[in-house]
Amino acid sequence: MPTQLKSDVHTSEDAFRTEVRQFLATNFPDELKGTGNMMAGLDGPTDENPVQKKWREAVGGRGWGTPTWPKEYGGGGLTKGQARIIEHEFAKVGAYNPIGGMGVMMFGPTLLEYGDERQKLEHIPPICRGEIRWCQGYSEPNAGSDLANLQTFAVDKGDHYLINGQKTWTSGGQWADKCFAIVRTDRSDKHKGISFMLIDMDAPGVEVRPITMISGTSPFCETFFTDVKVPKENLVGKEGQGWTIGKRLLQHERTNISGGGRLAGMMGQSLGDIAKKYCETGGDGALVNKVLRDKIADLEIRWNSFLLTALRAVEESKAQGGVSEISSVLKKVGTKLAQDRSELLIEIRGFQGLGWEGDEFGDDELEDVRGWLFGKAATIYGGSTEVQNNIIAKRVLGMLDHQ
Amino acid sequence: MAVLSEEQEMLRNMARDWATKESPVSEFRKVRAAGQPQAYNADAYAAMAEMGWVGIIIPEAHGGSDFGFLSAGLVVEELGKTLTASPLVATTIAASAILLGGSDEQKAKWLPRLASGETVATLAVEEGTHCDPSAIETSVSGGKLTGKKAFVHEAHGASLFVVAAKDGLYLIEKGDGVSLTTRKLTDQRSHADIQFAGASAEKLEGGGDSLLGDVLDRARVLSAAEMLGMAQAVFDTTLDYLKQRVQFNQVLATFQALQHRMADLFADLTQMRSAVEAGLQAVDSGFGVARAATIAKAEANRVLHAISNQGIQLHGGIGMTDEFNVGFYLKRARVLEASWGSSSYLKDRFARLSGY
Repeated sequence: MPTQLKSDVHTSEDAFRTEVRQFLATNFPDELKGTGNMMAGLDGPTDENPVQKKWREAVGGRGWGTPTWPKEYGGGGLTKGQARIIEHEFAKVGAYNPIGGMGVMMFGPTLLEYGDERQKLEHIPPICRGEIRWCQGYSEPNAGSDLANLQTFAVDKGDHYLINGQKTWTSGGQWADKCFAIVRTDRSDKHKGISFMLIDMDAPGVEVRPITMISGTSPFCETFFTDVKVPKENLVGKEGQGWTIGKRLLQHERTNISGGGRLAGMMGQSLGDIAKKYCETGGDGALVNKVLRDKIADLEIRWNSFLLTALRAVEESKAQGGVSEISSVLKKVGTKLAQDRSELLIEIRGFQGLGWEGDEFGDDELEDVRGWLFGKAATIYGGSTEVQNNIIAKRVLGMLDHQ
Repeated sequence: MAVLSEEQEMLRNMARDWATKESPVSEFRKVRAAGQPQAYNADAYAAMAEMGWVGIIIPEAHGGSDFGFLSAGLVVEELGKTLTASPLVATTIAASAILLGGSDEQKAKWLPRLASGETVATLAVEEGTHCDPSAIETSVSGGKLTGKKAFVHEAHGASLFVVAAKDGLYLIEKGDGVSLTTRKLTDQRSHADIQFAGASAEKLEGGGDSLLGDVLDRARVLSAAEMLGMAQAVFDTTLDYLKQRVQFNQVLATFQALQHRMADLFADLTQMRSAVEAGLQAVDSGFGVARAATIAKAEANRVLHAISNQGIQLHGGIGMTDEFNVGFYLKRARVLEASWGSSSYLKDRFARLSGY
């Protein structure tokens, strides 16, 4: 890069950095420092207080929560470099991105790729402003790993479809405003008979029942559709294109499950530091139990190489464009390591790490127990580890179809 | 694969091309058949030096290209794929010691000779059967070094030794007071115990107290790069084999049990690549080197261990034969795993670096 050009780039980056800092100084309230984005979680609908609302509107109004999305649909229209500056400057002052959820992580990128102009104009801006919660209507009682076996059926009624069937494992279904779903429009072809549709969760005939999990929480629901009317303009792409669109969306989902925004948080506290609080240490500060110490080091080394792999996937996709083909590896490895980490955390804490409730347990201890249980779902949802292995073998390694 | 510059891509493609055409595994078989303790083809090493590969980490002022460790790692990886026997890694490690600890005079004297291929050099640290830089007995008095070094890589071809003594690193030229005892290891490459009996030694005065540790970290990332090439080669060869071998009227690649095992190995290999590249890049940036090098070598050990074992298993009976190459990788793998820190050593080091 010629020196002149390089310094121009730096000048404009510096100017943008200053703009972000000024924005934060003006808009980010101290009382939200270090708190999280409630839209990003699936655990429950916290009612937004006025301070949170104001912060969301400030960020959403500029499109800075979705910085690289096109400006005409409410995104920031910024470069990846500028997006990194936003991320960095927000992190420095402990500010969270108030725009999140499935609309940002999964549905938005897919609609930008496959939606028509009218659909993008209708649905993308409210996502950028954080006004609409989306949920995912994919799995069914008999369509889990074999997702294409889905049976929820949409009958063509001229100006609308009439939908009947049942979805399950609908994350956040009880709090969602809208649902992106794959449904069957043709029974004669397993894959080409699937279409991608957008359904209002408050439409007549939609019923949602939360499912209680082993962790005691109910982040997933069963969703029943009985004669639900869906206008024709809510079909994304063409009839029969749903499997292609739906799979593309899953790539975004996998990348997000394995890492994305959650990586930074998980890097958090070293297991070794936690162990030093619960277990005996010698004069040199090292853990006395060498077997446990070895297990911790082993996990943390693998955890580090996973994080490095996630970073590499990001760099590769930036350099090459599109979702990196190693996203399936990230999902499979990241979820397994997170489970291993939870199990090791219990071994480190002993009985104190198995508390269900009570003041004798710390908040972190109780949260980690629920996290350990809920974490068992991570190798099942978003395409189970076994499905990921099939995908890697067939699509990446070119091994032949076993079916 | 890390995102590379144009020069780095050219360098890697050149190395890949050369290794595939001029140095396939059949060349290693020839070296083995020749049975010389030096265990490499001097003409091939001269060609590598000619192409500038020995000078990759050496500054231009001293006859190198100053491309850095990630670039050196790209070449070493390609050579690892075909098990190319050469003192390239050993000499590069020795060069890094002179770069970090040498005086201007020492750099000016030795680095151009290393870069040109004229002088082969190697690092001699261990005195026992395991990596243990804290247990060095070798000592120097009046410029004469005395001690015994064990299992030194590329000792037979080397005419310059970088030797760890109690109080630091020393340069010793092959000659009076230096005697080698060949140690034949399973990889059938050059290894020897070396007795230094009052050999003339010149200290590397720079680099501070951490010099030996810093050099060992460079040895770790370069060895890890060789191991990455080996792991990739075993994986690719095994995958090809599964795609053509037929049993029960089906190619093996259609069996789901084997598909999932390959998916696991692929995930491991992906992580190994990330860790190794990050280790090489850390040396170039100078940031967090000890930790990154420990992770790089620990992951290289873990994954190459698994892939070299699975390579045999998935090839079945023919994997056990000398006629197939896969066994060579297994034998070299264990030697490199033991070099500069076994898995247990590295995990202990990681825990110490992390404060537990």
